Amino acid sequence: MGKRLTLAVWKFASCDGCQLSLLDLEDHLLALAEKVEIAYFLEASSAVAPGPYDLSLVEGSITTPEDARRIKQVRRLSKKVVAIGACATAGGIQGLRNFADVTEYIPIVYAHPEYIKTLDQSTPIAQHIQVDMELPGCPINKYQLLEAMKALLQGRRPRPRAESVCTACKRLGHICVLVADGVPCLGPVTQTGCGALCPAYHRGCYGCFGPKEQPNTASLAAQFRRLGVAEADIVRLFRTFNAAAEAFRLESLAHEKND
Amino acid sequence: MKRTIKVANLARVEGEGALELIIQAGRVARANFSIFESPRFFEAFLRGRRAAEAPDLTARICGICPVAYQMSAVHALEAILGLAIPAPLRALRRLLYCGEWLESHALHVYFLHAPDFLGYPSGLALAQDFPEIVKEGLALKKAGNDIVALIGGREIHPVNVRVGGFYRTPTAAEIQSLLPAVDNALAVAQKTVRWVAGFKFPEITYDYELVALRHPQEYPLCEGRLASNRGLDISMEEFEAFFAEEHVRHSNALQGHKQSDGAYLVGPLARFALNYDRLSPLARQAAQEVGLTPDCRNPFQSIIVRSIEMVHACEEARRLIQTYQRPARPFVEASWRAGQGSAITEAPRGILYHRYTVDDQGIIENARIVPPTSQNQKTVEADLCRVAEAYLHLPDDELTHILEQAIRNYDPCISCATHCLRLTLIRR
Repeated sequence: MGKRLTLAVWKFASCDGCQLSLLDLEDHLLALAEKVEIAYFLEASSAVAPGPYDLSLVEGSITTPEDARRIKQVRRLSKKVVAIGACATAGGIQGLRNFADVTEYIPIVYAHPEYIKTLDQSTPIAQHIQVDMELPGCPINKYQLLEAMKALLQGRRPRPRAESVCTACKRLGHICVLVADGVPCLGPVTQTGCGALCPAYHRGCYGCFGPKEQPNTASLAAQFRRLGVAEADIVRLFRTFNAAAEAFRLESLAHEKND
Repeated sequence: MKRTIKVANLARVEGEGALELIIQAGRVARANFSIFESPRFFEAFLRGRRAAEAPDLTARICGICPVAYQMSAVHALEAILGLAIPAPLRALRRLLYCGEWLESHALHVYFLHAPDFLGYPSGLALAQDFPEIVKEGLALKKAGNDIVALIGGREIHPVNVRVGGFYRTPTAAEIQSLLPAVDNALAVAQKTVRWVAGFKFPEITYDYELVALRHPQEYPLCEGRLASNRGLDISMEEFEAFFAEEHVRHSNALQGHKQSDGAYLVGPLARFALNYDRLSPLARQAAQEVGLTPDCRNPFQSIIVRSIEMVHACEEARRLIQTYQRPARPFVEASWRAGQGSAITEAPRGILYHRYTVDDQGIIENARIVPPTSQNQKTVEADLCRVAEAYLHLPDDELTHILEQAIRNYDPCISCATHCLRLTLIRR
């Protein structure tokens, strides 16, 4: 067996859920650990091997001046960088600050704003460094993560996954919640990865995997309006875990104006 | 002088922390446990959101215990609506929460805590020498995740929890399919108790004020009164009258303290001490077998308590699976009305408080979230002083290790717990 690929896992502003996905690969974890040397993964190990690393998984968004410096260091130490999850690929839920004045946010939570160092925007990793691959999702799909790591190990491209939640949902034969129940559903504009989970559980997709390629958000929003959804609620629908992703950001801003 | 602050709390607790311990003239002069995870401002952006969105939004505070956030959120909001949750829906919520306890505790016991006692840097390193033990730990964790994934749709950030119940309830056959894994997990959990009880524990005890929910019949999850071993007995709604938080310079998480007496402890040790008589029969039997009593005040032995709670979670899950009846309707509903509601549930790491004020359209005007780790921060710092005083004679690397372990006793968060510590030891 040749030299094992070295893996590093980094955390920025996030909930830890995407890196937990790695440990949630229960049935595959020990086999993976044989193929990959986990060189830096604070969530799982106190043993830290110095870089450079073959592969860095980056969770979380950039929200502080210190993190904006730290991510550049990660890039220097890593052959490949994969951004994992909605925070790392779109700024995450904390990207909601991008629509507000963060100086108004701080005193709502903290008594001493002067102790808090934060940026006014939450930004994805690719806005700071060159990223080799992005895995969307809040949280990511752990099997997509496994496939991405396998592909990198084998030196091939990962299997493509470019379809909408809506297409996946149709293939699975779920009843359409939008058509049958009049429930607003982001499935037509959201990329899949979840396996059309929300419609399977009788609710509308809330877009946690972010916009698919070339999404027609305006057409979908018009459909929501025909269902009687208020403008403020259309803003809320597009403004959750991928609020700062460009297509969702622009659509939410359009309805904020109308409100 | 320290100020007592009663403002909204930052809920993000797991993430990166640091410890600075200053030893002066052979005494511990100061121990700071800092959380420098960057602020995410949940309480701020919850303002103006629909209350119905709170379970999905607050779940994102923690990828390890999203169900706890969803449970505290829905109970607080249902208090505003005055919704009574029918027994079958309540049972399904309990089953979901048992799954999260199991998944979270198994992760901590096998991957974060046990390696400390056995001299390994990680569960994966442990697996190289003891593959069978770690495989069993993974099976335990997976059984918990299977429960959460079946009921919630996925392990992390489940999609099925809503105010009033669920979007969709599983069929009886789906729930029954969980039984073999849960039965196996129960046997593994019993074995785990015996395994961890054989570890060598530092002899450090302290007379903590232990705070947990207390329910008339059950080991607490979502209901009951808030109790302590010093006679506290209040309703959930009274929480803020008795507990406050302050913002200290060295931490981005607010530190909780009891208004009258200061530091207190929440989590497995507190639940076990206050609710020993409510444990399931096999869990109590497991405790008796290894001689652990509700008097246990050694924070290092929390690993045994977590393992006993896994036995309890498995046995309770088995009971709930065996008696499952698919609820007649997946949820109950009521129109929004203006009001304030609060709730406490027992997250794996201890009590998690949510309070919401909503208007008559169901829009959130105000939110406050107090997670267990911020409540334990002061106690962690006090433990660090005590542990350091007892082990001052050790060389720096050994002292550092035992101090890191003292923090991991609280499972403060996954990344804190494993390493967290950019530990600076200053000897003057």
